[in-house]
Amino acid sequence: MAPQLAITLVFFYWPAGQALYQSMLRQDPFGLRTKFVWFANFRKVLADPAYLNSIQVTVVFSLATAIVAMGVALLLAVMAEKAVRGKGLYRTLLIWPYAVAPAIAGMLWLFLFNPSIGSLAYLLRSLGIAWDPLLNGTHAMILLVSAAAWKQISYNFLFFVAGLQAVPKTLIEAAAMDGAGETKRFWTIVFPLLAPTTFFLLVVNTVYALFDTFGIVHAVTGGGPGKATETLVYKVYNDGFVNLILGDSAAQSVILMAIVIALTAIQFRYVERKVHYG
Amino acid sequence: MATVDLKEVKKVYPSGVEAVKGVSIAIPDKELCVLVGPSGCGKSTLLRMIAGLETISAGTVAIDGKVVNAIGPTERDIAMVFQNYALYPHMKVYDNMAYGLRNRGTPKDEIDSRVRSTAKVLELSALLDRRPRELSGGQRQRVAMGRAIVRNPKVFLFDEPLSNLDAKLRGQMRVEIKNLQRALGVTSVYVTHDQLEAMTLADILVVMNAGLVEQTGAPLDIYEKPASIFVASFIGAPPMNLLALTGSSSGPILADGTAIGFAPPETPAVTLGFRPEDADVTFNAEALPGALVLPATVEAVEPVGAESFLHCAAAGSRIIVRVSGRATAKPGDQLRVVAKAEKLHWFDQAGKRVD
Amino acid sequence: MIGQSPLRTFIAHAVLILGILIVAFPIYYTFVASTHTLQTILRPPLPLLPGGQLWNNYGEALFGGIGRIGGVSVGTLLLNTTIMALGVAAGKIFISILSAYAIVFFRFPLRMTFFWLIFITLMLPVEVRILPTYKVMVDLGMIDTYAGLIIPLIASATATLLFRQFFMTIPGELVEAARVDGAGPWRFFFDILLPLSRTNIAALFVILFIYGWTQYLWPLLVTNSNDMNTIVIALRKMVSFADADTEWHLVMVTAMLAIVPPILVVVLMQRWFVRGLVESEK
Repeated sequence: MAPQLAITLVFFYWPAGQALYQSMLRQDPFGLRTKFVWFANFRKVLADPAYLNSIQVTVVFSLATAIVAMGVALLLAVMAEKAVRGKGLYRTLLIWPYAVAPAIAGMLWLFLFNPSIGSLAYLLRSLGIAWDPLLNGTHAMILLVSAAAWKQISYNFLFFVAGLQAVPKTLIEAAAMDGAGETKRFWTIVFPLLAPTTFFLLVVNTVYALFDTFGIVHAVTGGGPGKATETLVYKVYNDGFVNLILGDSAAQSVILMAIVIALTAIQFRYVERKVHYG
Repeated sequence: MATVDLKEVKKVYPSGVEAVKGVSIAIPDKELCVLVGPSGCGKSTLLRMIAGLETISAGTVAIDGKVVNAIGPTERDIAMVFQNYALYPHMKVYDNMAYGLRNRGTPKDEIDSRVRSTAKVLELSALLDRRPRELSGGQRQRVAMGRAIVRNPKVFLFDEPLSNLDAKLRGQMRVEIKNLQRALGVTSVYVTHDQLEAMTLADILVVMNAGLVEQTGAPLDIYEKPASIFVASFIGAPPMNLLALTGSSSGPILADGTAIGFAPPETPAVTLGFRPEDADVTFNAEALPGALVLPATVEAVEPVGAESFLHCAAAGSRIIVRVSGRATAKPGDQLRVVAKAEKLHWFDQAGKRVD
Repeated sequence: MIGQSPLRTFIAHAVLILGILIVAFPIYYTFVASTHTLQTILRPPLPLLPGGQLWNNYGEALFGGIGRIGGVSVGTLLLNTTIMALGVAAGKIFISILSAYAIVFFRFPLRMTFFWLIFITLMLPVEVRILPTYKVMVDLGMIDTYAGLIIPLIASATATLLFRQFFMTIPGELVEAARVDGAGPWRFFFDILLPLSRTNIAALFVILFIYGWTQYLWPLLVTNSNDMNTIVIALRKMVSFADADTEWHLVMVTAMLAIVPPILVVVLMQRWFVRGLVESEK
């Protein structure tokens, strides 16, 4: 146990404490003097239009990613349940993207949709769409969401399949005898019973979109064009490592921690409830 | 071979719950002692204290005359059969049986010969290469027994070993355990909540309730002379019929006013009981001196083949009467339940037996 | 099972095949691109079938060294990434299983305090404490070392919690049976617990291997020199969309090499992977 504690203390608590401490310091431009400023950094950060923009970007990005990734995965999982034959093969072919690093996923999609050499961008242009993710913020966002969602489909798919298998077959049969058609059975019986899985995935996908997609943003758009795709985590990195505004970056870290803690708490409430379900 | 002596053994949990409140039992060499009682009566805790899996809060546990309070389960030279068998799922049957011997540094060839001969006794020889999950419930049970036997310990401990088997298999294994225990002559302590199992297996039966011993003795002695209302209703199925008594100027009468019709014991009793098989029913109205006679209404008839149980309403209570063969009474019949005076049991205010 | 019409079955298969096309197409296309010359790639649209440059391109990338990333060969990058992924997976499993063992099977003072200390780290992913953790690494001289890449990632709580959960499902009777059979704590650990944990370890290994392999932010921070980069980071450095001298054919080869090993692990160890994933998160 000792090794884990040691590593935990050195690499988790010490930095977290540092983040908290630095979030209340401000350095003069030459790095000569630091001053303890209490919550001024937080006030500054929260009043910064760039930060507010970043929050908005993050919310849009996370929601879109979660919805797309979960919707596609649910559709595929339901279809896979129906296709009795070839289920295993389909699963094998659908789980690949899980193994692809988010950054690489981003690069692959950029390769396909890059305005100058991307084959699919070429296709879009020949269809008359003025596609340019490098200059158009909305296009950049669409590209990011596609790549991020693409990578997450496998994960959601596996969970939905597991969730669907846990729905008792007798319930579905009972509903069929009660005269519910297939579509109705899905929306009135299966989908409500999937709610715990769906909710769990919603939390996981949000966390994924918040944090794990740093690689996608960094590799594909670098937050641009302009600040159209600058997510919260990207901004922490950018302010801290590129622009070297340490106090702001630390304050943002602390805010992020608060968000994660809130999400984890929500997730645990859900786990708790699940226990009561038996 | 060994005796097991418990003296005023107590178990108090850190939470303050007193699970065992002072129990003394002396088990002679080679005998099988069954601890029986409802769940939560402390019987399993007691067994685990004998095993060394729970610390003893007060009193002493001695195996073969030697107090073992302070030594661990490994050194006590005991073997235990667990309720869920606790077979190591990743080991083959052979290794499950050999594991305890290996840990004690028994030479390899001796382990081999002991495992094989034990397997032969338990008819497990063909299964030695299987893993527990490939075995049926009865076979797992046998492996668990084999693991205990192969060690040739001083004492066997059984913790509800048959409760996961179906009724038929339970009956078979009960006989097998009894035969094995007798053949091996190993002192054993057996915990169960099933009174039938307790009756059929025990040399010494210990009935426990709420952390205390209610009665100790040979099974049939306990059956015939239960020391308390608790024992009377716990041992025997269906349970003993119990009727409340109230005092009157002419001596005790039943709650509905029915007179008893003969002299009760000298010590005042407040409850009277008789076993379902000690009563009979009659449609006649003749006088029956020296017997308890209760007018009754049949509420239900349960035929089970060799016998039938009549559920009746009498003296303001529900009573059950066993009649052999096919019952002639039907629900709704009015009849009289008759129990001979010498077959009645009397209990005082504290629930203790009076004679 | 309720019968379903052939039409619905057909639709199901059609949707699945469409899904697979979406899911697999980017990967397939990367492979296609990795077998064409740079000139072909730069003139879209790219053919849908592989070209004839497979051996040339892969040979150049693996053994030639790539200019944009300081002449480091893809072989070195693969080695770095493999070391990191294996290190993270093995290290995390090792320390987690020990911690979980201690927490579940022993009673010692402050046990629950330690448990909560570990538990709370669940809430502190690398991403939210980038800067201070980086400073710690600099102070400890762990920049550009394998230890720096691996150690800070192995202490997270997930694996410990998983093992804890699994250990708690082990019936108390089994532990007691082992005690009666004369097995001490270490013997119990090696003879009973480790063998029983085999499938959990395998499942966790797959997931952690992928986790280690696909790390981005952390290696980006801790590795400055080109020859310590992981393949994912190097790939990012190779790509520039602004100027035209990106060697796309080599980028695509590298991308293939970066995604094939983890895909192989996932596909070949699918059974454990799926089990581990679905169970560890629930």
